[in-house]
Amino acid sequence: MKRLFTLLLALNALPGTAAVFNVVVPEKSAVNFVARQMNVPMEGGFRKFSAQISFDPAKPESGKAQIEIDLSSIDAGSTEVNDEVKGKAWFNIRDYPSAKFASSAVKSLGGNRYQASGKMTIKGRTHDVVAPFNAKVEGNTLLIDGGIPILRLQYGIGDGAWADTATVADEVQVRFHLSLIASPPAKK
Amino acid sequence: MNQAASYTRTAVALHWLTALAIVCAFPLGLYMSDLPLSPRKLQLYSYHKWIGIVVLLLAVVRLLWRGTHRPPPLPAGMPRWQEIAARLMHHGLYLLLLAVPLSGWLRSSALGIQVVWFGLIPLPDLIGVDKQLGQLLKEVHESLTTTLLVLVLIHTAAALQHHFFARDATLVRMLPFLKPKS
Repeated sequence: MKRLFTLLLALNALPGTAAVFNVVVPEKSAVNFVARQMNVPMEGGFRKFSAQISFDPAKPESGKAQIEIDLSSIDAGSTEVNDEVKGKAWFNIRDYPSAKFASSAVKSLGGNRYQASGKMTIKGRTHDVVAPFNAKVEGNTLLIDGGIPILRLQYGIGDGAWADTATVADEVQVRFHLSLIASPPAKK
Repeated sequence: MNQAASYTRTAVALHWLTALAIVCAFPLGLYMSDLPLSPRKLQLYSYHKWIGIVVLLLAVVRLLWRGTHRPPPLPAGMPRWQEIAARLMHHGLYLLLLAVPLSGWLRSSALGIQVVWFGLIPLPDLIGVDKQLGQLLKEVHESLTTTLLVLVLIHTAAALQHHFFARDATLVRMLPFLKPKS
């Protein structure tokens, strides 16, 4: 037992060989986005989301992520815009209250760069997306920063008059900043 | 009419470009603010801001030009009060040509909406995001605009008074094509 404990301590001390990080700290995590209207970058975010993630920087291939975003928690800059984007032409949150991302594969890009590929489901439509991200260990926390570029019209976000991409660009960058800690070791 | 009695071509061009820009930006601003949120509204707001920055730049260029080129003297025999009024009017107009677009730019910054000039040149935000301040700046922008409108109307009326009643060259020197053929 004592030897195992020493071994664990030694492993912990080695950079990049820490255990699996699988508990998201919500107050230190955020999902934001940048859209462009008339080429003006507009930042916004989602106050409520849940994320089940497990990631070990030493074994990225075994990483998994499921993120569900509560679309009613959107902050797009003003009440007027928030009300608009919750409506039928945009997210239609009455029928589709959440957006989901589920990873299917994670790979290393070298250094602390990684890439998750997976499926994004918004407004009942699912598309393949690729999310490059950085991951680094700080103390007992794993910090993940990355982005998922999406094309809003693929999901029917901003129908009708809003489909004009000269006014609101098709590309929207979804950004995530996630703080993860390792769960207490399971008893064996 | 000698050289000194007229404005330079540059001064005339700057004056009328400014007038044109204001004639576009003012009704646009009046119309767009009451529109419901729509792509059209976003477009018009951008156009309005682009024109506003044009007005601001023209005002800066004009002040530089004015600082290095003496304007023609006022017509001889003008009553003293009119001379003072003309001076005050021109100071007020220059001040508002700077203040109106600047207040709009400040408002946009406070609301967190960057100005990207002609959709190409991102201009720096003048202040940080502060929605409450943005609301106040909206009122400041509107009040300054109303003041500018009043001054422009008086300025125009005075120019017409000079042309049709006083029958001097005040308007002609800013509108060279009105100059009678000699």
